[in-house]
Amino acid sequence: MKSLLYLLVGIFFGIVLYKSEAASWFRIYEMFQFDAFHMYGIIGSALVLGVVFTQWVKKSGAKSFFGEKITIVPKEKGVARYAIGGVLFGLGWALAGACPGPMYVLFGAGYWAIIVVIFGALLGALVYGLLKSKLPH
Amino acid sequence: MDALLQPWPWYVSGPLIALTMAILVLLGKRFGMSSNLETLCSLGGAGKFVDYFKVDTRPRRWNLMVVIGAVIGGFIGAHLLSSNDKVAISGDSIEKLESLGFESAGEAYLPTALFGAESLADPKVWALLLIGGFLVGFGARYAGGCTSGHAISGLSDLQLPSLIAVIGFFAGGLIMVHLLFPLIF
Repeated sequence: MKSLLYLLVGIFFGIVLYKSEAASWFRIYEMFQFDAFHMYGIIGSALVLGVVFTQWVKKSGAKSFFGEKITIVPKEKGVARYAIGGVLFGLGWALAGACPGPMYVLFGAGYWAIIVVIFGALLGALVYGLLKSKLPH
Repeated sequence: MDALLQPWPWYVSGPLIALTMAILVLLGKRFGMSSNLETLCSLGGAGKFVDYFKVDTRPRRWNLMVVIGAVIGGFIGAHLLSSNDKVAISGDSIEKLESLGFESAGEAYLPTALFGAESLADPKVWALLLIGGFLVGFGARYAGGCTSGHAISGLSDLQLPSLIAVIGFFAGGLIMVHLLFPLIF
């Protein structure tokens, strides 16, 4: 039953990503060229509402739909992993024109070449797991 | 109905992405689309070779349901809720892309030069897609999150690590588009 809820959330998210054009390679290019407000508007408006919602959850001690206390786990402290990992992610984001959400959306939309990107991403995650102990964090 | 079939403007899409995060948080989970890559590695048997992937995937199955949903959502968005798949990017971007050889700019959802069936005959295209994907997967896990996990979720929680990561995302993207694209295309 709960699984069905997560499936529905995913379907909703997938439709939004496709219809917002955030899954379009062209919109990512345009964003990095500063040629349009579109992507900044999407991320910015999501963020403003996200901050309001998240701070409300933390201050009110809101409970989940299942009656459990909601805990928002802070990110681990550090600089290197976020800076280096972030830049590497950005290089890939602009080249493939897709981040992890839109990849799956594009697969559903029928752009089969995206399978190569998804395979690359899985390989990347695998290699990270392999090298984790040797990398600065 | 016509408004639904047109591309959705940012002021509709952004709030709906925030709503997606809110629903997941209210379901007791968190919003992020890259940890599923690790879950998929674990399910694929990577734990046999790398201890990092030797984890119980049951508590993480929910994020695979979100992934399957996103695939279905992509199908619905593209085939049932769109009258055409043209992305009307700015004229400036179209010009820059045409000078790089992307003739489909302004006419398609994805560039045919990278994602078209015919382009896949070119090994260079395969290499670019594979490298792009690799950097996304490796970078997202190294940075502990992607656009959804850091740029939306983490920044909404006013987390400094997420701010560093997002600055990194943009630095990487700018380097790729401005410095490397002219060398690659």
